Amino acid sequence: MADPIVSQPLRAVEVPSMWSGMMAIMKRDLKIAFRQRSDMVNPLFFFVMVIALFPLGIGPEPSTLQKIGPGVIWIAALLSTLLSVDSLFRQDFDDGSLELALLSPQPLFVLAFGKVIAHWLVTAIPLILVAPILSVMLYMDRDTVWVTLYSLLLGTPVLSMISAIGAALTVGLRKGGVLVAVIALPLYIPVLIFGTSAVEAAAMTLPYAGQLAYLAAFLVLALTFAPFAIGAALRISVTSQ
Amino acid sequence: MFEYLKRLYHKLGSPKYFYDISGRMLPWLVALSVLLLIPGLIYGLGFAPPEKYQGNSYRVIYIHVPAASIAMSGYMLMAVAGVVVLVWRMKMAEMVAKSVAPIGASFAFICLVTGSIWGKPTWGTWWVWDARLTSMLILLFLYLGVMALNAAIENAQSAARATAVLSIVGAVNLPIIKYSVEWWNTLHQPASIKMTSSAIDPEMLFTLLACIAGFYCLFAVMVILSTRCEVLLREQRSNWVKKLVGAC
Repeated sequence: MADPIVSQPLRAVEVPSMWSGMMAIMKRDLKIAFRQRSDMVNPLFFFVMVIALFPLGIGPEPSTLQKIGPGVIWIAALLSTLLSVDSLFRQDFDDGSLELALLSPQPLFVLAFGKVIAHWLVTAIPLILVAPILSVMLYMDRDTVWVTLYSLLLGTPVLSMISAIGAALTVGLRKGGVLVAVIALPLYIPVLIFGTSAVEAAAMTLPYAGQLAYLAAFLVLALTFAPFAIGAALRISVTSQ
Repeated sequence: MFEYLKRLYHKLGSPKYFYDISGRMLPWLVALSVLLLIPGLIYGLGFAPPEKYQGNSYRVIYIHVPAASIAMSGYMLMAVAGVVVLVWRMKMAEMVAKSVAPIGASFAFICLVTGSIWGKPTWGTWWVWDARLTSMLILLFLYLGVMALNAAIENAQSAARATAVLSIVGAVNLPIIKYSVEWWNTLHQPASIKMTSSAIDPEMLFTLLACIAGFYCLFAVMVILSTRCEVLLREQRSNWVKKLVGAC
């Protein structure tokens, strides 16, 4: 009689793949966002209101607004990313699902990547869709509006990735909000520089492909390395509780 | 050789060994920095030949260039210590990284201030938004962010590990500063001293090199002093610190 344990081949525990883990956490975050719409809509309102403040504060002359337009849109996008990112890991940290994510068989950076993508889809896409309307209100011509759209499309995921690092580092702290800004803003600066200079070049009908290429390079860099930093930061924040 | 370095590295991980050996190195470093800095600065600020186009205003170079170099190497040191913290969990690296941050930030600030003092007579303005100046300003902000994060987390060990992640991420900025003057055509001149050739007068060059070496020694002295303080603070419960403090 054969030994039943030896005769049967060892079967590994069935583990969902990394991809399905990432998709699961992304779907969950999207579902949560669509159920509490205020998290999704508030950054958008903030974006629109900040941009509306500039013509009121600086004066409505078209020539001035045309000149400062790219910078205004980019800074407003940057600030609204910064505001919305505080809630990225906070809820999961408070209710303990972040600890479950740490214990799950999928690597943490994959799950963190899924969370950041979901966050970007929810907070940045509406902002990118509204940006053309606001750029027309700031008297940009048609080509410039398109370049604004491209630059935001390439730049905002980088902003989300960077601010997610800040949020992950500060999620265990009581007063994280201002700290995230102090940590993330210096890292935003290169993106801001190339984003606005692409739009400015387009406004002066100069070639702008170079700046967009730089933004794309930042995007590749951030997508490749930032998830590891976010994962490491989350592990530190959760285990130091 | 490699075995010896490995042994030294492991020994340096012990706070007590670090405290002993740094105490023995400290007088030498202080003497070296005094010997290099005092003649270097006096000669540079007072007696070195004036520059052909800028006259005497170029003399701030003897402080500006060392400060800039140290601000960048200090960040590099902090990032490398951060890697050591995350990979080997070495306590000494945590303490070194923590003490480098404020010192490096002060050198970055000195670099910006002396640069703007130099900029007024030569460029006619205190500040330009040029690539090198902006990236140096970002370096200062990065230092401030690291310090803020370190101060915000109470547990010393998790503070050190969180700042390690942040300083490694921020190290992306270092090559941008280094090559900003070559990548972009800006107001700030490219480096005049290279490994193989130099574009400045030998008399000025040797004074400048003495100042750079002297400021590096001063930086080492400051980091070691601050780290020793941190060692005593963190190891206050251990026997050797109690014995040391009791003996004083």
